[in-house]
Amino acid sequence: MMPASATARPFTTKKEFYAQFKKKSIAYELWLRFLKNKTAVIGLVIFGSIVVVAIIAPWITDYKNVVIKMNIAERLQPPGSNHWLGTDELGRDILARIIYGARVSLVIGISAIAVSLLIGLVLGGAAGYYGGRIDSIIMRAMDVFLSLPDVLLALAIIAAFGNTKVNLTIAIGLAFSPKFSRVVRSAVMGVRDNEYIEAARSIGALDWRIIARHVLPNCIGPIIVQVTLYVANAILTIAALSFIGLGIQPPTPEWGNMLASGRTFMRDFPHIVMAPGLAIFFTILALNLLGDGLRDTLDPRLKH
Amino acid sequence: MGETLLEVKNLKKYFRVAAGTLHAVDDVSFTIDQGHTLGIVGESGCGKTTLGRTILRLIEPTSGEMVFGGKDLRKLGTREMRYMRREMQIIFQDPYSSLNPRKPIAETIEEPILLAGLIPDTDKRFMRVLELMDTVGLAERLINTYPHELDGGRRQRVGIARALAMNPKFIVCDEPVSSLDVSIQAQILNLMKTIQRDTGVTYLFITHDLSVVNHFSDDIAVMYLGRLVEKAPAEALFQEPLHPYTEALLSAIPVPRIHNRRERILLKGELTSPINPEPVCRFAARCTKCMDICTKEEPPLIEARPKHFVACHLHKAMVS
Repeated sequence: MMPASATARPFTTKKEFYAQFKKKSIAYELWLRFLKNKTAVIGLVIFGSIVVVAIIAPWITDYKNVVIKMNIAERLQPPGSNHWLGTDELGRDILARIIYGARVSLVIGISAIAVSLLIGLVLGGAAGYYGGRIDSIIMRAMDVFLSLPDVLLALAIIAAFGNTKVNLTIAIGLAFSPKFSRVVRSAVMGVRDNEYIEAARSIGALDWRIIARHVLPNCIGPIIVQVTLYVANAILTIAALSFIGLGIQPPTPEWGNMLASGRTFMRDFPHIVMAPGLAIFFTILALNLLGDGLRDTLDPRLKH
Repeated sequence: MGETLLEVKNLKKYFRVAAGTLHAVDDVSFTIDQGHTLGIVGESGCGKTTLGRTILRLIEPTSGEMVFGGKDLRKLGTREMRYMRREMQIIFQDPYSSLNPRKPIAETIEEPILLAGLIPDTDKRFMRVLELMDTVGLAERLINTYPHELDGGRRQRVGIARALAMNPKFIVCDEPVSSLDVSIQAQILNLMKTIQRDTGVTYLFITHDLSVVNHFSDDIAVMYLGRLVEKAPAEALFQEPLHPYTEALLSAIPVPRIHNRRERILLKGELTSPINPEPVCRFAARCTKCMDICTKEEPPLIEARPKHFVACHLHKAMVS
């Protein structure tokens, strides 16, 4: 249909064509915009350091001989040069336990949210895209779950299946999934009626392709924001469950159970509960700052 | 070129709304010959957009037939309909919402080719994208730009390139220029005309702007509240409009001459509601030539002059 101008081109492949241009990426532009947001960068730095410390924990300290081994001779020491954050009621180094506790919290928190994100994308995506009866059925079911507090829901699941780490992850994942379904659904409904969705249909794209390639990429902003905020929430839930003795069991260090076992000594040795409390506080603060920053960065209304 | 490409028969699309049944497209019939352009004109809310989408089955019609290249589109299964979509495309009104903001324009143009599996080779497909961009007048350097980086005219060119990607026989143009500046409107219209000349594509050109459709269409159909009220070759319609509504529309076109001022026909009253319409002439409430019969009977679409159809009690069918 076209005059054969294609033959006049000095290239015949995609690669050769791109060789003449510098490819710019939308991700790089977003990154630059993100860097302008100071509080968000602070959030990223704090959260990033926590993640790094959690990853290199085995090189910092010895799990068997420091983290879980009792040392009654050195119990309840205040912060000092030997033990930077002091020791707990069984003489274990609190800093080492905080570092290992970060591993537990982060792994379970992130994988739990991954579980609920997956459920949320499928259910919320279907509900938002198809609407009508499918929407009603899915969302009424989600409403039933939403009517229960998520800690209670997680509690029920753990009580029924036992409190292993995997069950804990699944329990929290399920407990948070109705919220994700709602977020995904509303985001999907926001982009569903755009003409480019209709355009995709007019070129014969199948529903799954339209959802995966056209709808979801355009609701990634609100979803990413919710992910960071809910990871914070999940970490808090793990801590809460462990605090009441239903989450991670001692001697495995976890911030919630560290708080719980330290609370008897809180009056005379406040450092025992301060350390895990502050660890939870900073992690959640960092994630919230990060989430808010991402929202500002990814909000398409702020784009140009 | 005299062959009929698309025949629409008694097409109806009703929407159920709280207040009753909304007759968006009501008993519309027409044919378009291959390589020709049919302009559909009407004011906002008269169902012209719904008509375009119903023909492409982006909206399922309530009843009626769309015969495209000898096949009734409504009888096609999902798979056959997907195959058929290569032949019939759409250009959207708003180039700001018709392009996926997360995709570089190259991917938007490439997607139809990819989906149809027409060109499996990545490099060849890429060259085809460049060729299409060339056709619609987009510079190669824009290949990786995102829609928000382009102006309205360029975006619309992307939309046109996407529609052309599979060499369709038929394109529904849903007010393709109404959201663009006047100077750019002309560019885009000329581009579309050139494409038609080169490829012989058939257009269904939907617009509310009679002056645009005049230069562009072979035939013009005027819609009012879901009904086709007049259909004629463009020249005949402009020279001798038969329906009072068409007359009023034509009188509203601004004429750029100081002395040659036409009498403007001002329509009074509100647009009649398209919800549960009475079986009378839908234009009667605003018509300057309203007669008794107009509020009693609905006028059928008749051939009042050769090839000139009108639905109005003022005109009688040609005695054949």
